Amino acid sequence: MFTSQVLFFGFGWLFFMRQLFKDYEVRQYVVQVVFSVTFAFSCTMFELIIFEILGALSSSSRYFHWKLNLYVILLVLIFVVPFYIGYFVVSNIRLLHRQRLLFACMVWFTFMYFFWKLGDPFPILSPKHGILSIEQLISRVGVIGVTLMALLSGFGAVNCPYTYMSYFLRNVTDSDILALERRLLQTMDMIVSKKKRIAMTRRQMYQRGEDQNKQTGFWGMIKSVTSTQTGSENLSLIQQEVDALEELSRQLFLETVDLQATKERIEYSKTFQGKYFNFLGYFFSIYCVWKIFMVKFWSQHISFILVGIIIVTSIRGLLITLTKFFYAISSSKSSNVIVLVLAQIMGMYFVSSVLLMRMSMPLEYRSIVTEVLGELQFNFYHRWFDVIFLVSALSSILFLYLAHKQAPEKHMTL
Amino acid sequence: MASLDRVKVLVLGDSGVGKSSLVHLLCQNQVLGNPSWTVGCSVDVRVQDYKEGTPEEKTYYIELWDVGGSVGSASSVKSTRAVFYNSVNGIILVHDLTNKKSSQNLYRWSLEALNKDSSPTGVIVSNGDYDREQFAENPVPLLLIGTKFDQIPENKRNEVLTRTGFLSEDFNAEEINLDCTNPRYLAAGTSNAVKLSRFFDKVSTDSQTENITDTRTNIIIIIVNSAFTYMSYI
Repeated sequence: MFTSQVLFFGFGWLFFMRQLFKDYEVRQYVVQVVFSVTFAFSCTMFELIIFEILGALSSSSRYFHWKLNLYVILLVLIFVVPFYIGYFVVSNIRLLHRQRLLFACMVWFTFMYFFWKLGDPFPILSPKHGILSIEQLISRVGVIGVTLMALLSGFGAVNCPYTYMSYFLRNVTDSDILALERRLLQTMDMIVSKKKRIAMTRRQMYQRGEDQNKQTGFWGMIKSVTSTQTGSENLSLIQQEVDALEELSRQLFLETVDLQATKERIEYSKTFQGKYFNFLGYFFSIYCVWKIFMVKFWSQHISFILVGIIIVTSIRGLLITLTKFFYAISSSKSSNVIVLVLAQIMGMYFVSSVLLMRMSMPLEYRSIVTEVLGELQFNFYHRWFDVIFLVSALSSILFLYLAHKQAPEKHMTL
Repeated sequence: MASLDRVKVLVLGDSGVGKSSLVHLLCQNQVLGNPSWTVGCSVDVRVQDYKEGTPEEKTYYIELWDVGGSVGSASSVKSTRAVFYNSVNGIILVHDLTNKKSSQNLYRWSLEALNKDSSPTGVIVSNGDYDREQFAENPVPLLLIGTKFDQIPENKRNEVLTRTGFLSEDFNAEEINLDCTNPRYLAAGTSNAVKLSRFFDKVSTDSQTENITDTRTNIIIIIVNSAFTYMSYI
């Protein structure tokens, strides 16, 4: 049991080093440890579910491990990770650098306050439990995690067919890309020539300014005022043109990147691997559409295999999405904070998966989960998941439709 | 064909090392007040007096092309970046002295830029692995600049300077270590300023010779062509 935990810890460590932190230097080992610990305990929970179904180990030891795991995960998710997030965010802000410990504690208390307030509007548990019991904490973590899961699933269900189906791929030819690149280079050349003019004018002004300073007296003053005024007016005009051109160059660059990515996707879809994924994409898209319209999608008779597949694919999908997200928004300053936020999301995601999975397990296995997690209103979570899933799927459909609409219009103007 | 009097220098390095601050310092002689993300490529122009004080004095505009991004970017970003690497006369490699990974990534940056270089003297590059000899006979002058020098504590400075010494040997380039928020490091008369003007002079000379070689090549081609045409009438 513990060996597998160590194994998961090692895997999380490796993932961190190889994938997430490829380009950055690990200065704070705390971040790495926290991430790996979160990953290890999250995976252990899934392992326990599988053991439950298989009947491995004795019932009491399983119960013990469940409890232990739960305590540790809650500790990490609610105390450790938010505190470190606050700490790293605060240390990035230069003003508060001196008393960062104090401010980190303040941030943590604010987090706990909002975390507590979160429980009020939801009918999650019966009032006979105390304040600091497991049920209180789990219920809140569960709500956040379930919301997150539903959002991600909704978006994934819509995005998956969009990405894989070649029907959606626009027709991008090499000449389109070349034309855009030429425009980009022309814009850069224009920027360069305008900047040369600015530099030349500034130099002339500087040299003339020196001569002007030598002129004293009344006429000298008047002359200097008039000449520099026209000089600086010209300068500000050219500077405005340069700013507009720079904005244009940025947009052209982003458009070119977009076109290149589309072209690569088209090429990929023509290879054998691409065709295989294409087929999978059709299959998944049908499945996803069915999911959207059949709200009660967890039927009572889903077997152990499906649970295992769901676990593995959701872990893999989550890690891939997190990695992509990390590459998109990280920089050397904020990488620590972002990794911790990702660890938090991952932990909450896994905890709520356990909650939701209870519904898909046959009756005899549900008992231990219910026993361990106490009296939570599980039905509420399922209803909440369905609602958020629908909302997320519909809004992603709208968003993607708008984005797709906008793209062909952009290319009409080329 | 390189256009006359165009001197183009690339400024490469990982994101966040301080390329934009450096370029601003080199061109405007001022510290950049509000650094923000560079999307795509930003260009600035430095006015350089070549061979100042001699009768051959000439004023050059050196274009500093600050290309943003990271070495691990998606291939679509890399292929788009490649359009900026054409006809380059010099490369400034920037790394962050407080971050070892940024120094290591410079090998990949230089390979990315040199692989795409389409200068007429063409560098023959191996299959992408780092090869020291290729840098020894590289026609494009390189300059190595380490930033955030002020953030290194006194006791670590020697260690850092040794490391950058090895780096500059590998690239066969001069190195400058500075802090982009302090113009004192590049004040006139400092060794850093001397290295900088030497680098820019070398870049300007090379571009001149390239132009002359181009013109000479063109003239030779015209002469040979007309000779053939003349001979065909005989």
